[in-house]
Amino acid sequence: MTFTDLQQQARKKWQALKQGDTPIIWIGAATCGLAAGAGEVMEAVRAALEEHHIVATIIPVGCIGPCFLEPLLDIEKPGAPRISYAQLTPEKAVEVVLAYLTQNDPRPDLALGTLGGEMPGIPRLFDHPNLKPQVRIATRNCGLLNPDDIDHYLAAEGYTGLARALTMTPDAVIDEVLASGLRGRGGAGFPTGQKWRFARQATGSPKYLVCNADEGDPGAFMDRSLLESDPHSVLEGMLIAAYAIGATEGYIYIRSEYPLAIERLRGAIAQMEQCRLLGDYILGTDFSFHLQIKEGAGAFVCGEETALIASIEGKRGMPNPRPPFPANAGLWGKPTNINNVETLSNVPAILAKGADWYASHGSGKNKGTKTFSLTGKINWSGLIEVPLGTPLSEVIYTIGGGIVDNGTFKAVQTGGPSGGCLPASLDYLPIEYESLAAAGSIMGSGGLVVLDEKTCVVDLARYFLTFTQSESCGKCPPCRLGTKQMLTILERICAGQGQPEDLDLLEELAFAIKAGSLCGLGQTAPNPVVTTLRYFHDEYDAHVREGRCPAGVCTALIHYLILEDKCTGCQRCKRECPQQCISGEKKNPHTIDQSACIKCGACFEVCKFAAVEVV
Amino acid sequence: MLTDTDIKTIVLTIDGIAVTGSPEETVLQVARRHDIYIPTLCYHEELAPYGGCRLCLVDIKGMRGLTTSCTTKIAPGMEVVTESPEIERTRRITMELMLADHPMECLICAQNEHCELQKVAAYLGIDNIRFPATRERLPLDTSNPFFIFDPNKCILCGRCVRTCVDRQGLGAIGLNARGAATIVGTARDLPLVGSSCESCGECVVRCPVGARANRDYLHPTRYTKSVCTFCGTGCGMLIGTRGGKIVAVEGDPDSRVSHGNLCVKGRYGFKFVNSPKRLTTPLIKRNGVFEEATWDEALDLVASKFKEYLGDQFAAVSSSRGTNEENYIVQKFTRAVMGTNNVDNCARLCHSPTVAGLSKAFGTGGGTNPVDDIAGAECIFVIGSNTTEAHPVAGVQVRKAAEHATLIVADPREIELAQHADLWLPLRPGTDVALLMGIARVIVEEGLHDPEFIAARVGNFDEFVQALAPYDLATVEQITGVPRESIVKAARLYASTKPALLMYSLGITEHSHGSDNVQAIANLALLTGNVGKPSAGVMPMRGQNNVQGACDMGCGPNYYQGYQYVTQPENKLKFEQAWGAPMRDDIGLTLVEYFEQALAGKIKALYVVGMDVAYSIADANHIQEALRRMDFVVFQDIFLSGSAEFADVVLPAASFAEKDGTFTNLERRVQLLHPAIPPVGDAKPDWWITCEIAKRMGAQGFDYANAAEIMDEIARLTPSFAGLSFARLDAEGGIQWPCTDPDHPGTPRLHVEKFNTPTGLGHLAPLVYRPSAESPDEEYPFLLSTGRSLNHFHLAMTSKVTGLMELEPEETVRMHPDDADHLGIEHGEMVKVSSRRGSLEVRANIVDNLQPGMAWMTFHFYESPTNVLTNLALDPVSKTPEFKVTAIKIEKLTNASAKKAKR
Repeated sequence: MTFTDLQQQARKKWQALKQGDTPIIWIGAATCGLAAGAGEVMEAVRAALEEHHIVATIIPVGCIGPCFLEPLLDIEKPGAPRISYAQLTPEKAVEVVLAYLTQNDPRPDLALGTLGGEMPGIPRLFDHPNLKPQVRIATRNCGLLNPDDIDHYLAAEGYTGLARALTMTPDAVIDEVLASGLRGRGGAGFPTGQKWRFARQATGSPKYLVCNADEGDPGAFMDRSLLESDPHSVLEGMLIAAYAIGATEGYIYIRSEYPLAIERLRGAIAQMEQCRLLGDYILGTDFSFHLQIKEGAGAFVCGEETALIASIEGKRGMPNPRPPFPANAGLWGKPTNINNVETLSNVPAILAKGADWYASHGSGKNKGTKTFSLTGKINWSGLIEVPLGTPLSEVIYTIGGGIVDNGTFKAVQTGGPSGGCLPASLDYLPIEYESLAAAGSIMGSGGLVVLDEKTCVVDLARYFLTFTQSESCGKCPPCRLGTKQMLTILERICAGQGQPEDLDLLEELAFAIKAGSLCGLGQTAPNPVVTTLRYFHDEYDAHVREGRCPAGVCTALIHYLILEDKCTGCQRCKRECPQQCISGEKKNPHTIDQSACIKCGACFEVCKFAAVEVV
Repeated sequence: MLTDTDIKTIVLTIDGIAVTGSPEETVLQVARRHDIYIPTLCYHEELAPYGGCRLCLVDIKGMRGLTTSCTTKIAPGMEVVTESPEIERTRRITMELMLADHPMECLICAQNEHCELQKVAAYLGIDNIRFPATRERLPLDTSNPFFIFDPNKCILCGRCVRTCVDRQGLGAIGLNARGAATIVGTARDLPLVGSSCESCGECVVRCPVGARANRDYLHPTRYTKSVCTFCGTGCGMLIGTRGGKIVAVEGDPDSRVSHGNLCVKGRYGFKFVNSPKRLTTPLIKRNGVFEEATWDEALDLVASKFKEYLGDQFAAVSSSRGTNEENYIVQKFTRAVMGTNNVDNCARLCHSPTVAGLSKAFGTGGGTNPVDDIAGAECIFVIGSNTTEAHPVAGVQVRKAAEHATLIVADPREIELAQHADLWLPLRPGTDVALLMGIARVIVEEGLHDPEFIAARVGNFDEFVQALAPYDLATVEQITGVPRESIVKAARLYASTKPALLMYSLGITEHSHGSDNVQAIANLALLTGNVGKPSAGVMPMRGQNNVQGACDMGCGPNYYQGYQYVTQPENKLKFEQAWGAPMRDDIGLTLVEYFEQALAGKIKALYVVGMDVAYSIADANHIQEALRRMDFVVFQDIFLSGSAEFADVVLPAASFAEKDGTFTNLERRVQLLHPAIPPVGDAKPDWWITCEIAKRMGAQGFDYANAAEIMDEIARLTPSFAGLSFARLDAEGGIQWPCTDPDHPGTPRLHVEKFNTPTGLGHLAPLVYRPSAESPDEEYPFLLSTGRSLNHFHLAMTSKVTGLMELEPEETVRMHPDDADHLGIEHGEMVKVSSRRGSLEVRANIVDNLQPGMAWMTFHFYESPTNVLTNLALDPVSKTPEFKVTAIKIEKLTNASAKKAKR
């Protein structure tokens, strides 16, 4: 079957679905949706449909992005736009479905927005302030089509990038990607086309293409979401990359903690093989490519290219010095190109729509878009995709909807645990590889953790160092031991035992770890410490010189006091105190026995009169 | 080696100094060659660069950040800076971090003064450590009797792990856990003993600190080059001595065989030399009791008694552990003084079928290729050789080669190499001819043979093809138990993956059809043209350190040294002239025949040099009975071995470490020993003892000042050794015979141009499969096979080494779990094992690498002498007994005897 045949068949199927008589119920059922209760919602809806003898097609889809709206369910009646409903419970979902399908009441009061058309009284979904500023290229299909059905992807112009690439020379494909300005989305930002060129020029056979899906940053879920929601965009990207560099063998290195993504990939690969989009003589051309999935055991360091290669080879995931670079001597000593999931998912769009189109997004040397996992003390958390160059402030205040509880934006950690902590005063920074690096942080793979004034940056640095230390592979002493000593010092400071000299030691260690470590893990591990020391030195000083934690987080440095003038003597705190160290007669001001207090904060939490103060 | 032009290829500067190097060199290597010090801890010249310790960081102009000099290849015009404030600061903190966790017990550490961490700390001038230790004291691994692992001293440089993984191909140790908790350990955190560790100690050699340290280690004051005596591989060793005692053994990096490697026995087995149980004085048996005697008393007695048994009443057993010179003297003595060709050596029990079989096929009985050829082979077919245990250092080469080459293993047991193999053929013991002929048939049928080679170099292809007819796959499968697909696969892999090496050992030879087995192997090599080329050939893995030499030196009843046959008139004449005595042109008796003839009253006097005859020959009870029948038995050995009780006179011999001389290894390499210590007590070199007996019998031609003079005589009288001398061996290292004149470089590979047969053509043997002499039956339902284990070497020597006895203290009978279950036998239970010839009690050892119905034992323990069970059925050609196939029964002990046996 030719590609045109494949495409036509898929389009027919898609049209039959969309233009048929049967209503469609789309349910966001990626891991995030399932965790929020999409499974229960789906079951409840299915049962209700059966009970009421309603015929409707239920399609589990991936994630459209806004986690804060999960579980999400869309209803698409014949001839009507798709209407999204958010934050559903099973009961609410049944209520909406029955109302719309049996009484033709789309319940605008409960609707979030429409997709693909207008409906009076319901706004358009993509007009939501969270979604409106976003530009969806990598995530173009996420949440909109069935990730388990290759025809949905084909109908959405899927594999047209590949079809076009196969008509070009490999070098022309590389030129196109170079011209697009696409840079590695795994974090380093190396121009993808250039990386491909190195691999293409390398001698050795076979050549390998590896998709790095070892998303290891805590709080990062861009890759998982992409693979669960639109696996074919990544797989098509792999095919184009393989064709461009001359690779015949491929691996997807994915952490085994992503079972749904792995299942989707396996299903997608099987469908590709059926469609002759994988294997020998792809689409009847001379291009052949074979693909295997390699499940990683969840070591953060295996995201590093040389460690990832070692892991695929069955060795302990430990990095090796470069050169030699994987492009020349990678997997099994052969030329190997490794690209991140998001990088690859951009590639089909570039080939389908052209380099100029892609390069029209973004700014300067930062073309295109970047996805982020926006989390922390933010109102609207979720997966977002914005053009590079978007200011941090827009992400935080507009797309993120500002700080929770009307709090104050204090800082944002970009780039995951290896990234840096940038203060609110830098919120004007455009999100670009260079600007973030200049500020002491990194783009990383796309973690954005937003902090409010109740976050202690020393504690934050301690948290990230705990992670990097435990994930250090142990090969080189600066990383293995240096991060441990750093962590010890941070723990000491948080425990109120810090000395002013400790800050010098941290600087010393940071220098040696950055300069001396073998791989990116070690070289970037001190970033949270370095940036917090740089931007929040006062807060460290408060800890080591004044014995005070200004954010009120480090328990050894804080006291809970009951303000006599505010305490009504309601006795609530007294009842809640696990240590029973609060005393006071009813309707008389209470006091805390500081010698027995464990600083659990229960009194603070339960007081309705703001009579408990942290000092 | 780099040539001058290579070195001049690339010009760069290091610290402003212009230096030159070759493209393959790293910055570190070039710096070292120019005496520019760059500190390192994880770097070891025998291991691949690791870039882990971060101390060799340098600044290279144009490169981002600091770069590890150990991993960076030089480039033209490179500007390298090895010292800068940034480098200094990074190195100091890195060292401080390591030292913070390192116990400061330097003065009481085995590595004191040899510690590389000390050296780097001193270089950097570390005078203060600003960090606390990051970890609690961890327990030591003291499970190994020879060395300890102290994780507290470990700096995680990875040298031990890389040694075990990359150099040994074993991977018994690796890095466990992550972060600051990272630790070198075994799979599942087992103690070393209990893991797959082979105790070779190569990790200890490469530890830069005292984390892996030999126990009771004393630094030697002197090193002497020598050759290991624990198998036929011939590894080079440096014997470390102090005060006349051996205190350590290290691998000789200059050895062309072992390149510095040693196994557990080679490195740690030396303690037998200084064992208090060594024989230190001659003993004469009077009234059934040994009494100490002077050399004069003993030698005069032996000389006068031997005079009574001149001619064919006398037989000599020469030692395959003695030197070439000593073996030469024993056969010369036997032939020239005693007037008989009754001289043999223990090759009769092992590789005589090799000499016979390969002589027929190729014209020469020696292994065709050097050990170094293993690495270059694309296919290695190992049959009847448990190489990693019996020849560990060569076994490592096979294991390493298997990482890239195709490995086929044929063995009834799933030996360790089988786990590294692409194909394992689990044949029934004794069915080798059927298997190999079956493979040959597939090769011919599928046209995978090498017609050009056969046309040019092989004589009887058509006749051979006729002989393949009976070996159809169904028949071969039925005889061997090997699935037909595997037979076909083996044929295809071996025939089409070139160059291919065939390696075998006693699993092939110790059968009543051992010579046929050897020829069946040679057939495959001839068919496929896999002989006479680099990494293509047939390698018999010879067991004793000088069993090749004992054979080469004429210690066989049918030939003088260099395989000059006694039956040829010109040889008779040559040696009558050379030795000044009449020579016999009739073939003498073989070793096993001595005992048959003793029982018949025909052999009356026996001279045994360095062989435990009473325990090493099949059907030991029968042999011991024969020994008792003899009139006069002289035993010459380093220990009062089990056989000595049958002797009338015992003569104390010097060990290998106490004398000079040469050994010839399994690749025909003649290597020189040097005395490391004087002989213990009153012991004397074997050649001296034999010469003294001869002289006291009035013989001429035994007045040698030293062993070198004997070698000179050998060279004079042996065409294939004509170019050898101690001076040359000392200067050049080992030389592989044939070496026909002083300028001849030796012969790494045999049969390059033509075979040594009368026609110059190779001979394909049209073999007929004959079953083993004994098969399991109702009464004796199990098939017992025997072999060597990693930690032991026959009987007397390793049993004197406490550590080896700790690793493997006693004999066990290995059984399949189903059989044990059926008999109600528990693992570790004492059982009775019996054959038609004898029985013994031994502990049951239930293992998972045997076929049901099979049992397996070593032969390393006097307490359970396995050879009372084995069968004296002989190979008709080589007269080698069938050690490998014995029908036995295994019984639970009765309650009373079981109680007695309980430990």
